[in-house]
Formats: sequence, structure tokens, C-alpha cells
Amino acid sequence: MACLFRVDMNEQTFPIQIKGLRDGLLITIGDGEWSVLEPALLDRIHAQQAFFQGARVALDVGAQILRVNDLVSLRDELSEQGITLWAVISESPTTEKTAQLLGLATRVSKPRPEEKRQFSVDDLGDETALFLSKTLRSGTRIEFPGHVVVFGDVNPGAEIVAEGNVLVWGRVRGMIHAGSNGNTSAFICALDLSPTQLRIAEEVSAALEPQNNPRPEIASLNEDGKLQSVPWQSS
Amino acid sequence: MSAKIVTITSGKGGVGKTTAVANIAVALASNGAKVCCIDGDIGLRNLDVVMGLENRIVYDLVDVIEGRCRLRQAMIRDKRLPELYLIPAAQTRDKSAVSPSDMVRLGDELRNEVDWVLIDSPAGIERGFKYAIAAADQVLVITNPEVSAVRDADRVIGLLEAEEKGSPSLIINRLNLNMVKNHDMLTAEDVIDLLAVRLIGVVPEDEAVVVGTNRGAPIALDDKSKAGQAFRNIAERLQGKDVPFMDLSDQGLWARIQRMAGRK
Repeated sequence: MACLFRVDMNEQTFPIQIKGLRDGLLITIGDGEWSVLEPALLDRIHAQQAFFQGARVALDVGAQILRVNDLVSLRDELSEQGITLWAVISESPTTEKTAQLLGLATRVSKPRPEEKRQFSVDDLGDETALFLSKTLRSGTRIEFPGHVVVFGDVNPGAEIVAEGNVLVWGRVRGMIHAGSNGNTSAFICALDLSPTQLRIAEEVSAALEPQNNPRPEIASLNEDGKLQSVPWQSS
Repeated sequence: MSAKIVTITSGKGGVGKTTAVANIAVALASNGAKVCCIDGDIGLRNLDVVMGLENRIVYDLVDVIEGRCRLRQAMIRDKRLPELYLIPAAQTRDKSAVSPSDMVRLGDELRNEVDWVLIDSPAGIERGFKYAIAAADQVLVITNPEVSAVRDADRVIGLLEAEEKGSPSLIINRLNLNMVKNHDMLTAEDVIDLLAVRLIGVVPEDEAVVVGTNRGAPIALDDKSKAGQAFRNIAERLQGKDVPFMDLSDQGLWARIQRMAGRK
């Protein structure tokens, strides 16, 4: 979803930049008169209706000072186009306050997967892990260049792709790929390992039979390079 | 009056959204509440058929939104219950005719008119789903005890959480007790175990539901039907009453028939 394009209008007097975020679009608006910028933005959106349809949008307005009326009318206009405005980012405290007043987020806190991709496991150190304290439902995809720890279940239809190991304190019924960059010593362990599919490095295993009496298991590659899972035993 | 707006959705099609809306609405209206149903499935309307009001449609949801009629004109009064209304979907338009903000505005207008607004969501997770949940105070997710329907319900619950609609309540529809007994079907427990949300009702499979749907006479009007009872219980739980879950295990019609057949 890394779609980055730049739209220069009226001989580059005010650029509007649109970037893909993990959970929507980030529209950055340059400096200029709001009375000119707003219609320009709406024109832009109108011209590419199909692209924007149903999008969640965060707006970076720079130092622009916006009052409640400005933001409310913009939010309504966007909504008419089927776009949800969920955040307004600004250097101006006035604008920030306005956004907060309307219940909009004022920073985009979640790091983008594209940004995460720029780091390798080496940069982060070997033991960097993403900790997720929630159940991953169908349709959720987590990609991380380190280990992933889930405190919750991984439901069918959810996917985890990690360059490191994956630990799940819960049930695994979805798809997990550990060592996604080719690390054959990666492992996957869970309290109940009944996945749709497991992958370690290049190896893929089809569904394991659901267990009647689930017990913790660890899946890894054996000496022959085949994926196998064994019950966890305290040592 | 300040209505509570409830949307019923499922992700997967054909699990019983429309039937549930019609029956819960009938049950609420029988309890004396003033209820308005909205068919959100623009282009594929059928709540009007299930409620038996097809031949009374003059104006529809899109007419209200586009200002071709007043809200009251599009509210079709039910033929059995004077406090029950339906705003039908437009059949000749598609989902692009309505936006989430349209639904929020309509919902706000309806809040002053009735006690309950029930919105029948289209299947899927696209625009239709989004506008259907936009105005909702509470969302009911309905599923069948089938792996594919439960998977879709899980996805929808995830989306509702992302939309900050809070945790929805779950209706398990069409539970076939014989199949459960023979371990051929997921049990209600299996479904709740996976979805981890609050259960608001379990509706047993009942052929009379199909008959009622075809005749435009929702089963919740039938005192003798187990499925009708289940829908009436859901309505009471929505109204805040603490209704114990029916013991479906042994008193189902099928079980009784089988026992009788066995005795012969």
C-alpha cells in the first residue's frame, strides 16, 4: 500500500502529498491559504474517487491554524465522499486543540510496516520483539522484522510473518511464518498449536490436527530440514 | 424519546441478518416499544418481504436521504403492530447512494421518533457495512455454527473494534441440536470460545422460520415456536432484562419427535 505520489497544482504553489499508512492514508498539505487549499484537496479527492473511496485519512496540515468550523466542514465534506477523517496532525497548538475537541487523533502513533521494513534484524539487535496483548482476529496481518509475542489467540484467517521466532500465549489457529527471511533456526511455540498452516524459513506445513487435550508445543525444523512440532517439556 | 440504534451484521451472507431484524423488531414492538427497522441492503432489499410489507412501499431510504420525501412518509407502518415501522431499501440504486454520514443524520432524526432503530446491514465489509454501522449505538453480530460463517464473524468483530464501536454482542443462529449431538456441528460453546464476545442469543434451527419468512409473518409472533421464543428473549435482553438462556439440549421439537418416534 506504499503509494506515494505528489500532486503539484498551480505551478507548485501548494503541494498535496498522499502516502499510504498501515491503517489508512496520510495527506500532507503544504503552506498556503486554507480557503484555497481545502477546495484543492477536495477537487483532488473528487478526481480520484475510486482511490479514496472508504479510506481512513490522517491529515497533516503543518502550521495551518484551523478552527472548529474549518475542521467540522472538512470532516463532513470528506464523509460525503465516503472518507473517514480520523486524525489531524499539526504544529499549531490551536489546530491540535481543535482536533482534540472533535475527538480526532493528533498523532499517527502506529509505525508503518514500510518504515519497519527499513530496519533489519541486525539494526534492531537479535532480541527485539513485538509484543501484542490482544487476540488477532481473521483478516489481521502482522509483519515484523524481529520476534513476535502474542498474549492472546491467533484466530483462523489471521497471519503473523516474523523474521525471528513467534511465541503465542494462547491458541494458534491461523497462519504463522517464523524466520521469514530464511532463518532456519527460527521456532514457533504456543500453548495450543492447531494452526491452519505453519512456515519456518522456506518450509511449509499444512494444518496440524487439533488436539483434544491441548498442551504447549514447539515447532521447528529438524535435522532433515522438515518442519515438526513436539510437546514442550520443562527441562 | 431517544432511540437506541442497533445494527445487525454478519460479514457472510445468508446467515439470518434480515430474519433476525424482522423478528427482534416484532418482539420489541410486541413488548410495547416503538420500533423502526431500516433495510440497509440497497439494491438487494428483502426486509420488506420478510415483514410482509412489500406492497406498501412508496418511498424508500434513498428518497429520504436525497430529500425526495419526509422521514415520516418513508416509514411504513406494520399491518399487525401499530408501533412497528419499516424504512425499506431502494431496489433500483446501489450502495453508493448512501454514505456513513447520511446514516448518522438519519439516525439522529429517528432518535426523536421511536424507542428502537434496527438496521439490517448488507453482507460484506465494504461500503454497505460501513454505513450500516455508522450510526449504531450497539452492534449485534449474527453467525451460524459453521466454520466459514464464524471466520467472517471474527473478521467483522475485528473491524468493529477498529472502528471503535466497542465489543459487539453475538447471536448464534440456526443451531441444529441433532447435528450438535452427533458432533457434526460446532456447538455454541465452540463459537463463543473462538469469538470471545458476549452472547445475546442462540436461535435453534426451525423450519417454521423459513415458512414465516416466505409468508411475511415473522416467527416471533408465534408463541409456540422455539426459534420465536429465542428471538423474543434477545429482544428482552436488549431491553436490559436478565433472561436465562433456554435449555435447548433436550426439549427441542426434533428431540421430542424423535423420542416419540422411538417409543412407537
